[in-house]
Amino acid sequence: MAEKKKITKPGWKNLPEGDLIIGGGTAMQFKTGDWRSERPVHIPEKCINCLTCWVYCPDSAVIVKDGKVIGFNYDYCKGCGICAHECPVKGKAIKMVPEREAKIETCK
Amino acid sequence: MAKGNIVARTGNEAMAEAMRQINPDVVAAYPITPATEIVQIFASYVADGLVSTEFVPVESEHSAMSACIGSSAAGGRTMTGTSSQGLALMAEMLYIAAGLRLPIVLAVVNRALSSPINIHCDHSDTMMVRDSGWIQIFSENSQEAYDNMIQAVKIAEKAAIPVIVTTDGFIISHGMERIEILDDADVKNFVGEYKPKDYLLKLEEPITAGALDLTDYYFEHKRQQIEGFKASKAVILDVAKEFAVIAGRSYGLFEKYRLDDAEIALVAMGSTAGTTKVVVDELRQKGLKAGLLKPRVFRPFPKEEILEALKKLKAIAVMDRSDSMNGHEGPLCAEIKAAFYDIGVNKPVLNYIYGLGGREIRPEDIALVFSELSEVAGGKEKPKVSYLGVRE
Repeated sequence: MAEKKKITKPGWKNLPEGDLIIGGGTAMQFKTGDWRSERPVHIPEKCINCLTCWVYCPDSAVIVKDGKVIGFNYDYCKGCGICAHECPVKGKAIKMVPEREAKIETCK
Repeated sequence: MAKGNIVARTGNEAMAEAMRQINPDVVAAYPITPATEIVQIFASYVADGLVSTEFVPVESEHSAMSACIGSSAAGGRTMTGTSSQGLALMAEMLYIAAGLRLPIVLAVVNRALSSPINIHCDHSDTMMVRDSGWIQIFSENSQEAYDNMIQAVKIAEKAAIPVIVTTDGFIISHGMERIEILDDADVKNFVGEYKPKDYLLKLEEPITAGALDLTDYYFEHKRQQIEGFKASKAVILDVAKEFAVIAGRSYGLFEKYRLDDAEIALVAMGSTAGTTKVVVDELRQKGLKAGLLKPRVFRPFPKEEILEALKKLKAIAVMDRSDSMNGHEGPLCAEIKAAFYDIGVNKPVLNYIYGLGGREIRPEDIALVFSELSEVAGGKEKPKVSYLGVRE
């Protein structure tokens, strides 16, 4: 098993005053994927690449390459399910799968 | 040496005058008796083009402080005013302003909290938010209200802590007094241009303000805020020194009145301190060694300094214009007694709850307190807490 990396967080003397976060684009450093209880799974054979999911995703976690959906960024996807809900394809090209099942699947 | 112009002003007019001279970027306010006039008069200055302030008339005090927080975080010098229920409605936002270290200045005209509903003076409103992280400066009269408002801007910005400046409802807010006001140019020069370090409209260096701060950072940020609060005592004194140069009037964390050689003394805040001074003078003529300590800065509480000033006295009466509803004593008395514990001194400290809901406090009442204090200094027992001027 890999050794757990010790993270040292700044003490009160080294933080910016007033609960400020200095600098832009810092949300990139905050991986919200571990909030997820269900994950969207893309079904390419059903997908019509309308990109509705890409428009609706509140976390910009739908990965699109050359105009085609190729999957999801699970580092940031919170599993809200909006993509699956909005998918206009009959029978849905995005399926929400419980995180536990998805993880078991990955281990196999 | 005073350089000012002598005018007649009520406390509210004096505070509005100070705001005109400060010319803040934003004032967001909602009216409430007896503080209404401050922002009403100021709104007329805006309408008449005497200031360049953006005036935001909002729909509640909660919104007023919310708008002030937005404006201050954006980088604007921001002020407002309120009283009693209005301050209560602002309470949630007061903590947020303090935590974000926003240098907002708030004029509070002290008024009793409901219920029963009452529009007159006591200190229960300001005391309710005493732990909100705002500096609290009490004024004895219109002159001090004016002077404190001008100093508050500089204190808030240097310490990165919001400041409440209080007056006593009606007694000061509506009482016409002779005051000295400074030249507009002197005030403008004194407060200077506001140059915040980090602010939301500084587009070239973006920031996030008010982010979620859970178990892993909240404590560190609070610890930092506490340290800033402790350090603000020195800032208040520095600003007072600078102010004395332009105004010829000196301020400290508290005022000592005939206290150095006193044997018995009152501790009183706000307008009651003025009444007490008259009584002290009368008692001194009769040969009684009476004195007064008037806390000006209640938050941060100048514990060590007040102890130093009080420790030689034989007996002390602490005057509280509000009750803590803690079942034993008033908030000012609790602070002072706790301070004495730290230096191992067990001194007779009597607590007088007085003036609730605007009940008059007359020189005779103060004289009665001094006479009871004399008896206690002579070894007699008296109740620890008395309710001065209430009908039994």
